[in-house]
Amino acid sequence: MNLHEYQSKRLFANYGIPVPRGIPAKSPNAAVDAAKELGGDLWVVKAQVHAGGRGKAGGVKLARTRGEVHRYAEAMLGTQLVTHQSGPEGLPVNVVYVEEGSDIDRELYLSMLVDREVSRVAFIASAAGGMDIEKVAAETPERIFTITIAPDAGLQDYQARQLAFGLELDKKQMRQFGDLIKRLYKLYMETDASLVEVNPLIVTKGGDVIALDAKINIDGNALYRQPILVELRDITQEDDKEREAAAHDLNYVSLDGDIACMVNGAGLAMATMDLIKLHGGEPANFLDVGGGATKERVAEAFKLILRNRNVTAILVNIFGGIVRCDLIAEGIISAVKEIGVSVPVVVRLEGTNVDKGREFLANSGLDIIAAEDLTDAAKKVVAAAT
Amino acid sequence: MSILVNKDSKIICQGITGSQGTFHTEQCIDYGTQVVGGVTPGRGGSEHLGVPVFNTMRDAVDQTAADVSMILVPPPFAADAILEAADSGVSLVVCITEGIPVLDMVKVKSALRDYDCRLIGPNCPGIITPEQCKIGIMPGFIHKPGRIGVVSRSGTLTYEAVYQTTINDLGQTTCIGIGGDPVRGMDFIDCLELFEADPDTDGVIMVGEIGGTDEEAAAEFIQSNVSKPVVAYIAGVTAPPGKRMGHAGAIVAGGKGTAADKFKALDAAGVATVRSPAELGSKMQEVLGG
Repeated sequence: MNLHEYQSKRLFANYGIPVPRGIPAKSPNAAVDAAKELGGDLWVVKAQVHAGGRGKAGGVKLARTRGEVHRYAEAMLGTQLVTHQSGPEGLPVNVVYVEEGSDIDRELYLSMLVDREVSRVAFIASAAGGMDIEKVAAETPERIFTITIAPDAGLQDYQARQLAFGLELDKKQMRQFGDLIKRLYKLYMETDASLVEVNPLIVTKGGDVIALDAKINIDGNALYRQPILVELRDITQEDDKEREAAAHDLNYVSLDGDIACMVNGAGLAMATMDLIKLHGGEPANFLDVGGGATKERVAEAFKLILRNRNVTAILVNIFGGIVRCDLIAEGIISAVKEIGVSVPVVVRLEGTNVDKGREFLANSGLDIIAAEDLTDAAKKVVAAAT
Repeated sequence: MSILVNKDSKIICQGITGSQGTFHTEQCIDYGTQVVGGVTPGRGGSEHLGVPVFNTMRDAVDQTAADVSMILVPPPFAADAILEAADSGVSLVVCITEGIPVLDMVKVKSALRDYDCRLIGPNCPGIITPEQCKIGIMPGFIHKPGRIGVVSRSGTLTYEAVYQTTINDLGQTTCIGIGGDPVRGMDFIDCLELFEADPDTDGVIMVGEIGGTDEEAAAEFIQSNVSKPVVAYIAGVTAPPGKRMGHAGAIVAGGKGTAADKFKALDAAGVATVRSPAELGSKMQEVLGG
């Protein structure tokens, strides 16, 4: 689950991590009120969406008058912001964050995540903040500093020093930085974060280290024990179809092609998409109906994939293990009858009670194309789609 | 022969009285697995599915001499269950549970270093030595005793690979689903090492997925340590990069982790890769010379 910048910064502040003062606003007038309350003569108006790359997309503006605050807030609110991380449709801007301006001396990069190679929480830092950090990592990896934390010992002082020297901080800043990352580590562990990114972490002209940006992702598996954070969820930033799918225990990702697929298991679902592509087709979606697919879930899955108007054929690929093929066949038949599927449906069933399942489909009177195996299924659905 | 489990393995199911535990333990017993008991705190002294239920893993191991635990408890209790199993002295823990918080697994993985105990999973189908011992949720009937070791990060895609080697009569020595979670127990290398040492395994099928760098590490390991033929497939060539926040993941992966990268690493290591998952069985037959 993603948090907005303003939510992340509030969490930062709760943990004593220095951030600029700011106030979220849902209307241009509220943004002006926020600027008044903050005082000063320089503000930053920032669009709140669940994607990075906002600056380049026009979602971060420097305002020198309250009139500018109003104008920028008005221009952002109610629009879809498209960034290189948001997907082509962009994400709706319902909130802007009005923040006091900061005097930036240096921009640094700092993030945390679980490094799966060593199975530990890692800090990544670089003095090359504010630039294309992925490019820095790829081209000059020596400018990226990483430490990983032993879970029983926790973050050590020498590790903080290691990063601080890498960031070329002076003595006072080193102390501030050491304090900051200890608080960040505590936040990470206590909130079940899966990602914390501060890009940039800045050194102000006054020589202080503060977090100018904040991104936090919370581990979806841990939400059961993070009831306060669950309240911060913003469903307007999530894809409608994907959210609806999740409500039915389906895992759905919509894609650009025209061949829909419905598969049990994520690995097999990815493999099915690969096969469609291998045989000259383009998948319209990724859809995992789960290892324990039921008749009802199959029906919901059909409804979901048919909402995509680009779909010209459907491939159902089920390897029944615990789930029985005859039940799946019944699910397919009732769904096709109930919803009135008008595009060709290719079905490949394998596993428990497969003969009975195939028999049901053959005797259903429906125009369902039966496939013998994986390759046959892919070929038939590509042929049916064109 | 086989690796890790066989007809003599004695299994305790943690969470045996739950709905998942009941259903899958029953299937394991029906397959012929030696399930010697179960653990549900507070239900000690009772009986379930014809085997004794204990309050703690320590009681269970003391009284049954079990050497393997199968975990089917809900995610909030899984980390605790894994460590309880390790502490009881079993040598293998198979954790089927899906949805464990990753920071729980970070702690578990670190604590497991103190024990002489292997972990398979979590979020995996389990391990099976055909016609001897099934520990997990895979359908038993698609397996057949034979010559191939199967190791996979996926669930149903594993069944696909297994079934192909059943149909073409190669059969399997042992099949392991190592699970898809970012922090997990055994990885490809651990399994490849065991299959290499197993005299009855003639070849290994490896099924990977996009994400992480386990397949790249396995490729490196195979090049210098595995003499047996390995056939591999990586799912996710067409998977879209997807929406994301921030750069940290990309920096850590360092440009590795795509299906193309993994295929490249495996090809370079002399692994027989297939671009279609339908060809895993036939490719293995081909590299074994019919």
